[in-house]
Amino acid sequence: MKIGVFVCHCGSNIAGTVNVGSVAEEALKLPSVAFASDTMYACSEPGQDAIIEAIKEHRLDGVVVASCSPRMHEPTFRKTVERAGLNRYMFEMANIREHVSWIGKDKDANTRKAVDLVAMAVAKLTQDRELTPKTFDINKRVLVIGGGVAGIQAALDCADGGLEVVLVEKTSSIGGKMSKLDKTFPTVDCSSCILGPKMVDVAQHPNITLYASSEVADVKGYVGNFNVSINRKATYVDWAACTGCGLCMEKCPSKKSRDVFNEEIGTTTAINIPFPQAIPKKASIDPEFCLKLTKGKCGVCEKVCPTNAIRFEQKQETAEEAVGAIITATGYDLFDYTRYEEYGGGRYADVITSLQYERLLSASGPTGGHIKRPSDGKEPKDVVFIQCVGSRDKSVDRPYCSGFCCMYTAKQAILTKDHLPESQSYVFYMDIRAPGKLYDEFTRRAMEEYGTKYIRGRVAMVYPKGDKYIVRGADTLMGAQVEVEADLVVLAVGAEAAKGAPQLAEKLRISYDAYGFYMESHPKLRPVETNTAGVFLAGSCQGPKDIPTSVGQGSAAAAKVLALFSKDQLESDPQVSVVDIKRCVGCGKCIQTCPFGAIEEMDFRGMPKANVIETICQGCGICTSTCPQGAIQLQHFTDNQILAEVNAICQQTPAQNLK
Amino acid sequence: MSSSLTFAYYPGCSGQGTSIEYDKSTRAVCKALGIELVDIPDWSCCGSSPAHTVDHILSAALSARNILQAEDMDVQGIITPCPSCLTNLKVASHRMRDEQFKEKVDDLLNEPCRNDLPIMSVLQVIYEKLGPKALAAKVTNPLKGLKLAPYYGCIMNRPPEVMDFDDCENPVAMDHLMEAVGAEVMPFPLKVECCGASFGVARNDVVTKLSGKLLDVAADCGAAAMVTACPLCQMNLDMRQDQINRANKSSHKMAVFYYTQLIGKALGLSDASLMLDKLCVDPGHLFREIETARTADAV
Amino acid sequence: MSANTGSELKIVGFLCNWCSYGGADTAGVGRFQQPTDLRIIRVPCSGRIDPLFVLKSLFNGADGVLVSGCHPRDCHYAEGNFYARRRLEVLKRFLPILGIDERRFEYTWVSASEGQKWKTVVQTFTERIHELGPAPKLDQCLMERAQAMAMAV
Repeated sequence: MKIGVFVCHCGSNIAGTVNVGSVAEEALKLPSVAFASDTMYACSEPGQDAIIEAIKEHRLDGVVVASCSPRMHEPTFRKTVERAGLNRYMFEMANIREHVSWIGKDKDANTRKAVDLVAMAVAKLTQDRELTPKTFDINKRVLVIGGGVAGIQAALDCADGGLEVVLVEKTSSIGGKMSKLDKTFPTVDCSSCILGPKMVDVAQHPNITLYASSEVADVKGYVGNFNVSINRKATYVDWAACTGCGLCMEKCPSKKSRDVFNEEIGTTTAINIPFPQAIPKKASIDPEFCLKLTKGKCGVCEKVCPTNAIRFEQKQETAEEAVGAIITATGYDLFDYTRYEEYGGGRYADVITSLQYERLLSASGPTGGHIKRPSDGKEPKDVVFIQCVGSRDKSVDRPYCSGFCCMYTAKQAILTKDHLPESQSYVFYMDIRAPGKLYDEFTRRAMEEYGTKYIRGRVAMVYPKGDKYIVRGADTLMGAQVEVEADLVVLAVGAEAAKGAPQLAEKLRISYDAYGFYMESHPKLRPVETNTAGVFLAGSCQGPKDIPTSVGQGSAAAAKVLALFSKDQLESDPQVSVVDIKRCVGCGKCIQTCPFGAIEEMDFRGMPKANVIETICQGCGICTSTCPQGAIQLQHFTDNQILAEVNAICQQTPAQNLK
Repeated sequence: MSSSLTFAYYPGCSGQGTSIEYDKSTRAVCKALGIELVDIPDWSCCGSSPAHTVDHILSAALSARNILQAEDMDVQGIITPCPSCLTNLKVASHRMRDEQFKEKVDDLLNEPCRNDLPIMSVLQVIYEKLGPKALAAKVTNPLKGLKLAPYYGCIMNRPPEVMDFDDCENPVAMDHLMEAVGAEVMPFPLKVECCGASFGVARNDVVTKLSGKLLDVAADCGAAAMVTACPLCQMNLDMRQDQINRANKSSHKMAVFYYTQLIGKALGLSDASLMLDKLCVDPGHLFREIETARTADAV
Repeated sequence: MSANTGSELKIVGFLCNWCSYGGADTAGVGRFQQPTDLRIIRVPCSGRIDPLFVLKSLFNGADGVLVSGCHPRDCHYAEGNFYARRRLEVLKRFLPILGIDERRFEYTWVSASEGQKWKTVVQTFTERIHELGPAPKLDQCLMERAQAMAMAV
């Protein structure tokens, strides 16, 4: 076998702490290595061309590139060797950047380590075999989880692209956080005016099936062929019959029910349509507050409903959907504002969250768009905004910046002045982060045109004094303590991962970070992909994002799905398990352990044998380490291939081991 | 091990002088509640303000000497009424978890300190080991109608990673104990604000401003008295109340109790054992009002 | 950063491609400096790791073996790491029976986002192996006897 080794400088990324030249020299001494050289950027066009040339010139059978992580560029180089006529699996990578040059400064030790890693890759390559992918049919339907603005955009783009879309929304209406906003920055245009039509499009699009009040219960399968179970929660209303007339809401006697849509700043009826523009515009009953469901008497809605849609006996149902790809757009939740005891959120009625304030500003909110204090209904004169409540604060385990709070606070300060011209707004901030198009200009307007007083410093505490509140904080520019008397205090709460995000991730088999935000495949180059093929991300489930970015990601994820579905068949990864029929004793252990049901028993001349269904096998190799006979081997990660790497590191045999 | 609630007791220096009534009432209350206090033999300075501003190791060694003295006693832990002593003992113990730091401290001691005894405030023991319910069961003279502003001071709960007790911004332990003895706890928002502490000597104006605000807000909340757990807080609010009134042109006559005095009162202990006469602002009328109300109820 | 006793020892790592290998990448991207003794072998899943790989490494002169997979319940293949956990735990208890110090083998769970944790794992394990020193070599006369016996058979 003739192997070529290419050691990449990666500019100074590798060459800075690894003697790249001597790695190539040492590689050439290895058996089977016919060619070795160092190259400035192996992944660049000249770098790849040089590899192709070398393959042709030296008639190489396989290639080792020692550069960055295979998680980064393995697909790139596999294509390269394929262009030179080699099988793409006759290629190995040695990760001498992330695992060597970036984590150590000792050049000698790094070089020794790099030589070892190259030797391991060469040893594995000598055991590698050519593999050919099979193709399989795909189901060109897509599941979108979450009906916020990112999910709506993704669903509409996929549907417009001709795909059948299943949209699952946890609450009784799509719209997400954006539907709760009054206006949006930096244009101050009405949120429901721009989101509303999109929501209507979702309802009317022939390609979209909407499951509201539903959650994903289970996901089985793999890219191209997922089977999804969806829990349809009991709404106690037959939505096929409900016309959304709202008569039940008028008559429901339980008027003190929790108003989730209005962030509990007001109350609603036990049977309700959360807001006028809700999609689907259907009523549902909150079982915690319904008199019929809690005490067994009432049933007024049942009497008044003109279409007899009320179903008190309704139970949760499960629906099954088959799809080929999944877009996760589950968004975020707000930081629990009661955790800052010093601000008194939850204890003082007039210390509210920014989203509650948004509902006070909204014409469709509980106050009809008049800013009134929750405690006494008076119009506030002095409004204090406190930024970074649950952002950039290690002490509450939220060290990250939520990104959009600076902007919505500026917007809310502007709107406050619009609503109440006599009012004065104050903003306590740490830094103003306004890096978008027209964003910084917008915060400037809040200060200069609208006279908002920006005070740079953290607030130490808020306490009531009479019917006002004293907000005490630091003014770090003045180097002084300041106290502001406020009628209303608005906490700019940060974003955190949606509740239940880790549990959903486990169902989807995708990764999440320490805070519960989903991990993208690559932080720069693959922002909407995950490491699980066929599962994509959009919006704030990956990290806090503002509306334009969420919409952009919704479209991006849709584009990825459309590209995936542009072929009628997908190539299966040939890194699957293969049974050596002569060694298999038909014990069936592999059948038991396979998590995917990819192994079946078959009859071979009257004897039971294991048989791998290639398109179902996901290539985990659990069967390989289970098989007592070593009869079933995961291609490209066979026992011999892994042991070749082991032997390359531990070169001494026991006999050589003697000193 | 001896009875279930036996602790090595560290009285602290102010308990011998300016806050002798805190020490006395703590001992009386603990006795009544079945918490046995055994004085740490030959206890010495905890290494408070002067030492720790100069040298952390020296300061820790002063505390560690007391911890060491307690280690041979058959006790469940070390407790002290004074938050300042508590801070020093706990910080020393916390820092000594670092092996290198501990070595240097041990060098200054006769023998190495084991550093395995829990260190708590008397408040924490009453609140966590006994609990408000058990306390309420022992009350004979409930302080019904007494409106209190609970004031914890700045160091009882902070820094949270060292003190590890109650919420550091909105503590509630004393609130619940006061409710247990029948008093009405007002929503006093400045529970953990600074009283000015030892600036009373060097910058009296700071204390009159900061402590003055505490009194103002307590009065605004409708409190008839304040209750505290710290000798320095109590002194600034009580003994300096005339100075504060003069400086701020206010006219507070706010009694400032130690929480142990009020628990003692509710348990029916004698005024002498609680040393209520040591308070500068006379609280007599408050108890007379409670008494009057109680007799009226009885009739 | 060279290891604390100066000379390098031989440590073999078996890492799951989806989590710990990514975690090691994340540590690299974060430039978290680590000792250089570890050589990492990438496997698709911790469930792919045959305990014999670990033994083979230790028999063939590795001074330590480190296995790392996804956190339990967070497996890319649903349940591979549960199999791994059982096998590796049994292996760990079995090592002393073979006369191998079980401290030379460790398994751990590190996700792709946990670069800092990976650095700590590598550092701690490398320090432990350096405290244990190089793996004991086989005794010359034992080897000769074994060879003689093999010849006789």
